[in-house]
Amino acid sequence: MTTEDVLAGPVPEVGADPLTIAGETFTSRLIMGTGGAPSLELLERAVRASGTELVTVALRRVEASAGGALVDVLERCGVRLLPNTAGCMTAREAVRTARLAREAFGTSWVKLEVIGDDRTLLPDPVELVDAAEQLVAEGFTVLAYTSDDPILGRRLADAGCAAVMPLGSPIGSGLGIRNPHNIALLREIVPVPVVLDAGIGTASDAALAMELGCDAVLLATAVTRAREPERMARAMRSAVEAGRLAHGAGRIPRRWHAEASTQFEGRPDL
Amino acid sequence: MEVTLNGVPTEVTDGTTIAALVATRAEGHSRIAVARNGEVVPRGAWTDTRVAPGDELEMLVAVAGG
Repeated sequence: MTTEDVLAGPVPEVGADPLTIAGETFTSRLIMGTGGAPSLELLERAVRASGTELVTVALRRVEASAGGALVDVLERCGVRLLPNTAGCMTAREAVRTARLAREAFGTSWVKLEVIGDDRTLLPDPVELVDAAEQLVAEGFTVLAYTSDDPILGRRLADAGCAAVMPLGSPIGSGLGIRNPHNIALLREIVPVPVVLDAGIGTASDAALAMELGCDAVLLATAVTRAREPERMARAMRSAVEAGRLAHGAGRIPRRWHAEASTQFEGRPDL
Repeated sequence: MEVTLNGVPTEVTDGTTIAALVATRAEGHSRIAVARNGEVVPRGAWTDTRVAPGDELEMLVAVAGG
């Protein structure tokens, strides 16, 4: 791109660069999980401050639930619900949970999560691909939570997933993006939107995800368990926007030595 | 007769429908899903579906989650 091309183009406005998943368009590139908030009031304030348009919810036995207020709050925020299959450890469980979620929430979108054990909460790749194939065949729009393995990401896209959602590090760990190279590589070879999901600890992690080329960031506990969830939600919103802009702007190459930005010629003898 | 509701052996009267169970157990919830022996019972079938002895029922609602 020449200087003339750049000058001729518009200055990008945040929001003029929508995210599209399975034909649905979102202005915000931040997806919020709802788990971990100390109260519904704080959750509502965080969701509003984040600017998100898509939030995840889960299904549990009725006795374990406090009441119907959660969905009311989220509907009041005007966000779209993305049911998940959290806690499922087999393809069979995940497929059944997705079917129940479709019935309960009236959406065929599902965040597919199939974990290998409850200590690491890391995805079980074999069960995950199996579940993804079954759900796609049943007409679901599958957003698959996965490890940061680029080849597995491609297999999930090949299976028909609408988005591939690699972890930065284990769920709730706040360890950030442990293997940025894998995330960039995965983004390169996966032909559907890539959403960095899990491991975000603070705003710079979210910005890095976007700088690496991710199309969106999904986070929950980084906001809901922050000392001030609403303030952190606002920070994440800015970070995602900044990272996206920086990615589009094209960062300078890293150099071993300094490179002066002020010319040497014309220095006076003093 | 006895059914298992959300993992707990539960006594219900003969002829109880899914709709009746939902009305008593999930009052105040707007998003509800019911599985009977692992299969979804669609909302439209709740009124006509009577539980049978030994049925394994799961009644699920929305909760916060990542």
